[in-house]
Amino acid sequence: MNVEALLLSLRLALCVAAILLVIGVPLAYWLAYSRWRWKFLLEAIVALPLVLPPTVLGFYMLLAMGPRGALGRLWYAAFGHGLAFTFAGLVIASVLYSLPFAVQPLIASFETVDRKLLDASSVLGAGRMRTFRRIILPLSLPGIITALVLSFAHTLGEFGVVLMVGGNLAGVTRTVSIDIYDRAQSLDYADANRTALLLLVISFVVLSAVYGVNRRAGHRAWASWPVK
Amino acid sequence: MASEVSSATVAARVRKVHPGNAATFFLLDVQMEVPSGISILFGPSGAGKSSLLDCIAGLAQPDAGRIAIDSGVVFDSEKGLNVQPQQRQIAYVFQALALFPHMTVEANVAYGLPHAPERERNERVSEILKMFRVEQFRHRKPREISGGEQQRVALARSLVTEPRVLLLDEPLTGLDTELKNSIIEDLRAWNAAHKIPVLYVTHSREEVDALGERVIAMEHGKIISEGTPREVLDAPRRRRLAQAAGFENLLSGTVLDLREPDGVMRVRLADATCEIEVPLGHAAPGDRVRIAIRAGDILLATEPPRALSARNILEGKIASIEHRGTLVVARVDCGVVFTVHVTPGAERALQLAVEKKVWLVLKTHSCHFVEG
Repeated sequence: MNVEALLLSLRLALCVAAILLVIGVPLAYWLAYSRWRWKFLLEAIVALPLVLPPTVLGFYMLLAMGPRGALGRLWYAAFGHGLAFTFAGLVIASVLYSLPFAVQPLIASFETVDRKLLDASSVLGAGRMRTFRRIILPLSLPGIITALVLSFAHTLGEFGVVLMVGGNLAGVTRTVSIDIYDRAQSLDYADANRTALLLLVISFVVLSAVYGVNRRAGHRAWASWPVK
Repeated sequence: MASEVSSATVAARVRKVHPGNAATFFLLDVQMEVPSGISILFGPSGAGKSSLLDCIAGLAQPDAGRIAIDSGVVFDSEKGLNVQPQQRQIAYVFQALALFPHMTVEANVAYGLPHAPERERNERVSEILKMFRVEQFRHRKPREISGGEQQRVALARSLVTEPRVLLLDEPLTGLDTELKNSIIEDLRAWNAAHKIPVLYVTHSREEVDALGERVIAMEHGKIISEGTPREVLDAPRRRRLAQAAGFENLLSGTVLDLREPDGVMRVRLADATCEIEVPLGHAAPGDRVRIAIRAGDILLATEPPRALSARNILEGKIASIEHRGTLVVARVDCGVVFTVHVTPGAERALQLAVEKKVWLVLKTHSCHFVEG
């Protein structure tokens, strides 16, 4: 089994889940509570990675990250090297790719918080931030856990985007799913099977945890997911 | 003198179109002054009482008007002024109470005092919990205490902030009389010391009698009378209001014809095609009349009922279902929207759900004719 690839995948998934939590919470809050009339356009954009083939997303990310792409040039100016075929590039692409898996459960759980509680909080003198911190966030904990776990698991298993943006550099961008593909291509089925099985077990455990947490909290992880 | 201490008032002038369909639409248009002490806002459901409280609290915005507490203006449409609810220092106890389920009783009550030093905060929380007799539950979660105790905690949570005004939206619904009176006594004791304006919404006559210092009667978004409970409720002109209170369905209609031998008349409701038979009243064909029906007097069937003595069977669809404790409130659209109360058991047995086709059965004598 390629331990290096496995560790790389875990590191990637952890980074992406952490970043998505930071980006996803404010984004989901806005999507859940804003009354902006064009909000649905942003909702559609957030959900795009659910339906796009990963290669399409990966292709455009590759263009953007390349030496002539906006993102690539910006990155070069800041760090002195390109973005394509690097770990950082992989993280950025994966964040986009897994965005709906973090944002949708967050929106779903923010929306199930009883509006009367928010009214009660504001007449008791709390501003939006305090209401969010003390009421919405704690009552949405199962949704937050779901978002974290799903973005972690989804990133762990991605293939197309990694292949397009990251290529296949050992220790840098060769993730576990690429490694499985490599082994299968070179007819090393035994090793491909070991890694694949491990990935299967991890995914199952992670999803069981999500359903378990939401069951205990008394609601469904997928109540309004992925289509709100 | 005490009367000089208690100079606080709420002055409100509010105009607001209440959006909704033909059945729920109304124009809220009131001007009122609420002195310190308990004032009761009384009227049938749908009169705009809760809407008015929302405007005062800042949770809803009037289309036009001005709201001031003492000399401080919190809303003025002409000047474009709209103070956020969290800055109005108004306490508001909802019918649903809205206690924070993830916090203990103590944390709920302390929620409105984030800036007080810890020691002072603890003292104030303890004091108010004692005053409302719930200190022994301070470490429990709201779901672990009874309904009456929850209501006391909700009051304590609102009052610990020393608000300038207290708004109560049917906070004691569903409690038995004894419990109700004891909570009212505690509220009265608290306000004897604080003397702020308290606006208490109810449609129960019983509560009006228990609380009654001053009653403001509302109907269809307008204030129709003000005064002592006796003045407002017993005046002959207002009898219809007194009658109508406690009737969840207050429907307007047009008399179609009188059938004197049968002692009934037929009334077409609103502009809808739905017609019902009601006891004969002093009316002539073509007159506009109001019909009051208790939500608990309406039978609900999921199949067309046959061979019944009841004369009024209306076909409709369930528009919404709401759970209030052990009561299930269904709104049924038959052209006009009826409010129907059923038990949770009946809801399960009939598998009631929104959009489900149902038949309403109204006994003629459950339809009360209210002079138009």
